[in-house]
Amino acid sequence: MPPTDAKPSAPPPAITVDRLVVDRGGRSVLRDLSTTVPAGSVTGLLGPSGSGKTTLIRSIVGTQKVKSGRVTVLGDPAGSKPLRNRVAYVTQDASIYPDLSVRSNVAYFAALYGRRRADAMAAIERVGMGEFAGRLAANLSGGQKTRTSLACALVCEPEVLVLDEPTVGLDPVIRDELWSQFRALASAGKTLVVSSHVMDEADRCDRLLLLREGLFIADDTPGDLRAATGTENLEAAFLHLIRELEETR
Amino acid sequence: MSLRITLITAGRILRQLLNDRRTVVMILAVPALIISLISAIMDAAPAVFDQVGLILLAAFPFMLMFMITSITLLRERTGGTLERLMTTPTAKMDLVGGYALAFGVCASLQTAIAATVAYLWLDLDTVGSAWTVGLIAIVTSLFGMALGLFVSAFASTEFQAIQFMPVLIVPQLFLCGLIWPREQMAGWLQGVSDALPLTYAVKALQEVQVSSDLTAAMWGDLGIVAGAVVVATVLGAATLRRRTG
Repeated sequence: MPPTDAKPSAPPPAITVDRLVVDRGGRSVLRDLSTTVPAGSVTGLLGPSGSGKTTLIRSIVGTQKVKSGRVTVLGDPAGSKPLRNRVAYVTQDASIYPDLSVRSNVAYFAALYGRRRADAMAAIERVGMGEFAGRLAANLSGGQKTRTSLACALVCEPEVLVLDEPTVGLDPVIRDELWSQFRALASAGKTLVVSSHVMDEADRCDRLLLLREGLFIADDTPGDLRAATGTENLEAAFLHLIRELEETR
Repeated sequence: MSLRITLITAGRILRQLLNDRRTVVMILAVPALIISLISAIMDAAPAVFDQVGLILLAAFPFMLMFMITSITLLRERTGGTLERLMTTPTAKMDLVGGYALAFGVCASLQTAIAATVAYLWLDLDTVGSAWTVGLIAIVTSLFGMALGLFVSAFASTEFQAIQFMPVLIVPQLFLCGLIWPREQMAGWLQGVSDALPLTYAVKALQEVQVSSDLTAAMWGDLGIVAGAVVVATVLGAATLRRRTG
């Protein structure tokens, strides 16, 4: 069900991560993470590759085995049945069927979510893939695959949209258009979590989570982060935080 | 589990297959061609062809389903689409049911073509009806599908998936009575043969060969194959994990 426009005074967070610990291959990947993600916002999850971004994202959509702690999404445990129509996930590598056309891929996910074919076509138009709708996914460029994969998620009109590095390798113009769409979705009350390792995207988020070696080293708005570190840009702010942390060790 | 999602999934899998024309042609034509070849080889001994050709009618869809299921499911696992589906309303059994339905259609068409060629042009002769042979072939093909589903969890590349053929499929083909009568095998080999589900598919076919009635022995043997389908499907479905490490 889409949320109504009337906002309660203190809306419950869309996502709550509570003391999350994940081990992979005998190594701690996420070490006791806690945070909340407010509804109707774009939260940027930033950090170098290997910092645990994808693991955290998979924990939020409920495909990651966790060791301890809990993740709650829209009031239900992450990955539980009631969430499968309300939360959509765009993986880092486009998870679409290469031997199906763009149209058939999106129409398949539309059908799974109980949506119509017309909704699939609308989602394809939204990501600017209209002219390629009949093309086999195998013959698309990397950026086109990513956009098709995004359309497969948008088609369910999710309340929570979780995207793992959705803008890697995209044309700057398309990247800009996508970020405008993310902003528009958040304005409409949807909650977005977007991971990225590109710092210039951080400024387009309402809140930033900086992950390093499985720990949050920042959980703040871009403005407050700059102010707290006395830096002009976010890249510098993060460097400042990392150095500070290493000195205290 | 939802019938609607199972049908949607089967439709998607068939559409994928239809986009691969070469595979479609091979699935439909190759078994009929090989059975024709066997018939030509055994031209001097039509009674032997009645035995071997009949068994091949079930052995081909069995092998086919194993191959296409193990590879397409491996692709779902490695391509990330399986993980994605697990975040949608798709239940595990919807996915398994979708595969069974889609590939069951392929196996049925393949069997229909091969059986038509064998009965009409190659003078394959059975006392029982061709419909019963078809039924046995389809149940056997579902066993191939379930084995393929299971195996896809243990292969990380398509190359590895194909290597499971000589491990799981070939021994069943050799010991089921296709290349040598079971009664003439060493005792311990007969014991191994008794433990392999494909053996019972062959026994059911041999019942159809000699009897126009649907005998209790035939149903019993087919029931064993159906039981093996259920066991292998449950094992295979257990390898589809919503949460992974």
